Amino acid sequence: MSALDSQGAPRSMRTPLGRVRALGAAHSGTQDFWRQRLTAVAMTILMIPGIVVVMMVLGRNQAGAAQILGSSWVALILLLFILASTWHMKIGMQVVIEDYVHNEKLKIASIMANNFFTVAVALAAVYAIFKLSSGV
Amino acid sequence: MTARIERPLSPHIQTYRWTLTMIMSIVHRATGIALYVGTLLLVWWLLAAASGPTAYANVQAFTGSFIGRLIVFGYTWAIMHHLLSGIRHFVWDLGYGFKANEREALTWGALIGGISLTVLLWIIAYAIGGGR
Repeated sequence: MSALDSQGAPRSMRTPLGRVRALGAAHSGTQDFWRQRLTAVAMTILMIPGIVVVMMVLGRNQAGAAQILGSSWVALILLLFILASTWHMKIGMQVVIEDYVHNEKLKIASIMANNFFTVAVALAAVYAIFKLSSGV
Repeated sequence: MTARIERPLSPHIQTYRWTLTMIMSIVHRATGIALYVGTLLLVWWLLAAASGPTAYANVQAFTGSFIGRLIVFGYTWAIMHHLLSGIRHFVWDLGYGFKANEREALTWGALIGGISLTVLLWIIAYAIGGGR
């Protein structure tokens, strides 16, 4: 008797159907679907204050721009927008990769690169906002 | 591993007659990808503002150039289009707007609304002196 069943999975009372039920092909359920919409609603709400901030900064020199971008409520709006948008784009790009990249190794590599890129973008923006807020 | 079962595939897009909702679905994805890359511009702008006058002047020189302005205009449209097209998806997620006339109206609304909002924002931007 092998400890593995015919599918190569450890023996268990749970049927293959039971293991994947309600989790779908991604094996993680509807988490990404939900978060994609959660971040979308967040950005929809943040769009008006976000536009106001950009309009305020337009045409100003660095000193003027830094003063506005470093004020607390502007920094907060920007931070929320950065977090929502980078999360949203990470999920969105992963969906695109999963749709079009069929080679398994290339797909894994692309999804990793997507994670690296979005985290780097998020942290770079957050770093800039913190630097602007601390005024150094 | 079980043997791979050769199941029939659904036909790809070249089989279908092109419809507006189908084009808009592709445009939604395309604007999403454009915005993904466009965040680099946003990060460049924020980092430059945080680093100093020289770095910021470089950003302004780029966004003030013809090609830079064209890219920022395209970026504005991509945001506005993706936003309205996304709201359209919300309506569908909530279970409304599936009748033929409703889905066409939503789709035209997102398309025209996206272009109108972009032009409106740029008029406001120039009016308050952003064009300097």
